[in-house]
Amino acid sequence: MGASRIKWHVVVFLAPAVLVYTAIMIFPLFNTLRLALYSEADQVRAFVGLENFRRLFGDPNWSGAFWNALGNNFWFFFIHMLVQNPIGIALAAILSHPRLRFAAFYRSAIFIPTILSFVIVGFAWKLILSPIWGIAPDMLDAIGLKSLFAPWLGKEEYALTTLALISVWQFVGIPMMLIYAALLSIPEEILEAAEVEGLTGMAAFWKIKLPLILPSIGIISILTFVGNFNAFDLIYAAQGALAGPNFATDILGTFMYRTFFGFQLQLGDPHMGSAIATAMFAIILLGVCVYLFAIQTRIRRYQF
Amino acid sequence: MKTRVLSAILLASTALGGAAWAETTLTIESWRNDDLTLWQDKIIPAFEAKHPDIKVKFTPSAPAEYNAVLNAKLDAGSAGDLITCRPFDTSLGLYQNGHLADLSDLGGMANFSDVAKSAWQTDDGAATFCVPMASVIHGFIYNKDAFAELGLNVPETEAEFFDVLEKIKADGSYIPMAMGTNDQWEAATMGYNNIGPNYWKGEEGRLALINGEQKLTDEAWVAPYRALAKWGGYLGDGYEAQTYPDSQNLFTLGRAAIYPAGSWEITGFNAQADFEMGAFKPPVQNAGDKCYISDHTDIAIGMNAASPNPEAARTFLDWVGSEEFANIYANALPGFFSLSSFDVPMQDPLAQEFVSWRGECGSTIRSTYQILSRGTPNLENETWNASVQVIKGAESPEDAGKRLQDGLASWYDPQK
Repeated sequence: MGASRIKWHVVVFLAPAVLVYTAIMIFPLFNTLRLALYSEADQVRAFVGLENFRRLFGDPNWSGAFWNALGNNFWFFFIHMLVQNPIGIALAAILSHPRLRFAAFYRSAIFIPTILSFVIVGFAWKLILSPIWGIAPDMLDAIGLKSLFAPWLGKEEYALTTLALISVWQFVGIPMMLIYAALLSIPEEILEAAEVEGLTGMAAFWKIKLPLILPSIGIISILTFVGNFNAFDLIYAAQGALAGPNFATDILGTFMYRTFFGFQLQLGDPHMGSAIATAMFAIILLGVCVYLFAIQTRIRRYQF
Repeated sequence: MKTRVLSAILLASTALGGAAWAETTLTIESWRNDDLTLWQDKIIPAFEAKHPDIKVKFTPSAPAEYNAVLNAKLDAGSAGDLITCRPFDTSLGLYQNGHLADLSDLGGMANFSDVAKSAWQTDDGAATFCVPMASVIHGFIYNKDAFAELGLNVPETEAEFFDVLEKIKADGSYIPMAMGTNDQWEAATMGYNNIGPNYWKGEEGRLALINGEQKLTDEAWVAPYRALAKWGGYLGDGYEAQTYPDSQNLFTLGRAAIYPAGSWEITGFNAQADFEMGAFKPPVQNAGDKCYISDHTDIAIGMNAASPNPEAARTFLDWVGSEEFANIYANALPGFFSLSSFDVPMQDPLAQEFVSWRGECGSTIRSTYQILSRGTPNLENETWNASVQVIKGAESPEDAGKRLQDGLASWYDPQK
């Protein structure tokens, strides 16, 4: 009898979180997926099945923009993986060095950009890189490298990479902190044992520490993936909704925003917008699944 | 009995009192938050002096958010009585969804020409749903001191225009023209649609494009791109990353000699620049050609169909169509020109210069705004992109025209 009794206190304590989460996350998510299956003609909403997706992938006007945005998104992610995470790991390794002075100061200084708003970061970097008032051309001039300066944000070939690097600058503190925490949690005895065996310095890092922090690197990669494929703010703040020049910085987030809410004379189309959002959801879900099933299960974990 | 009489008297007095003091409050939705003081200090007092029983509140929101905020408010039933109307499809959509009331029979409407009303009418012109307030005129603002210093004359033709730019560039003390391509819209709005009407002959070409008689690959529509392609060499260093505020500052700081403009800049420039400014109209191809200007219908005001105070709202809108309103508005906001047929005297010399072109040139509106930007790909957005690409030299004028034409033809039947 006691076993079948409903534990009311559990229900009561769970209810607020479940209700709020359902109302503001789960319901909107599924409603968006549902909205993608409808279309509107002459102010009447009608169920059209997968027609929106056929248009998104079949109509060259839509698919061109979609693949462009997806490609840009992968490049954005690639730069993060290539630059942000190695730098984050290196910084963490340096910070965890016991003889480093002012470690707390460096840690805070590197982490601070992470808590800044995208709007501030976008605006500040736009000013720094501005060919007219920016300090970047003057600084390059001071060391005689003025010829290397280009209006990076305005050039089709550099704009996306520049923005990705700005984003790296902003968020490098996060992998640094996570790896730093992982490095600190490695027991001294293991390192001492390695030292006894003759492993010190770089060799100790590559052979002992790196394998032990691999699970953290995996988590960071997946966080970076989700963050990058959901990105929108920085591009919008720096380049506007049209993600210029010539859509070179258009990622799925800005493409979805333009379609869903409309832009200038382009009227918003919530149904096509939802279809893009659904595609984004599917891409992120797929990425996370690949990680969970193909990578995470194979990472060896060490118990101390 | 006594108490009942007393309470009846009390009741009656409250009812009467209420009636005597009845006063309607109208709320205006707008994106012109820059104009808040103008409305509060000049327009609303002038109206309330005539209609003491109606109080008006001006409640603007940020320009970039206006459309979204307004739609949300209208759907929720919490929008104001009066709604500031964007031109063409945004407002047409509101009317078709039943959010804006039909104002065709409003008395004040008689004071506006058909072109003025065209931005706020159904495609067949049967219903007008907003009272036109103002238009903006495109042209070029120039630094008179710089022109005097370099001994330059105001250009009339395209050849003279590029000659002037070449001379400023050769002299080197000024950036010839202040415009960037980072924000894209300037290239299309202050570039293509500024100089374009001279090539496609204003309304004639614009309507022919809508009817499908002309194509974007025709000479009249490609030639402006050919002129734009030459602009790249005369814009400042690093113009690719130059934003709209950058351009404004370059000009008002006296570092650039010419600014491709819309008349809405006048107020800001008057406050910022400490040199004398003049304006010249878009150059014509050959001396003596008839000139055309973009006199773009930009702002109007309509009535929320769900307003609880339709009578008061109509009274206000009728007044917006009056000469008094036109006078106050045009003089308080030089650069926003009245669309009414009244002859409105203006004090600001730069504004006078702009408006004087109406007398000598044919007026038209931006080519992409009516009907042509309804589908996907969106012609207005594509024009932004194409103008930038052409200025940068990344796309040839002919290719740009062909791309736009193909895009338009893909969804617009008369162009198929």
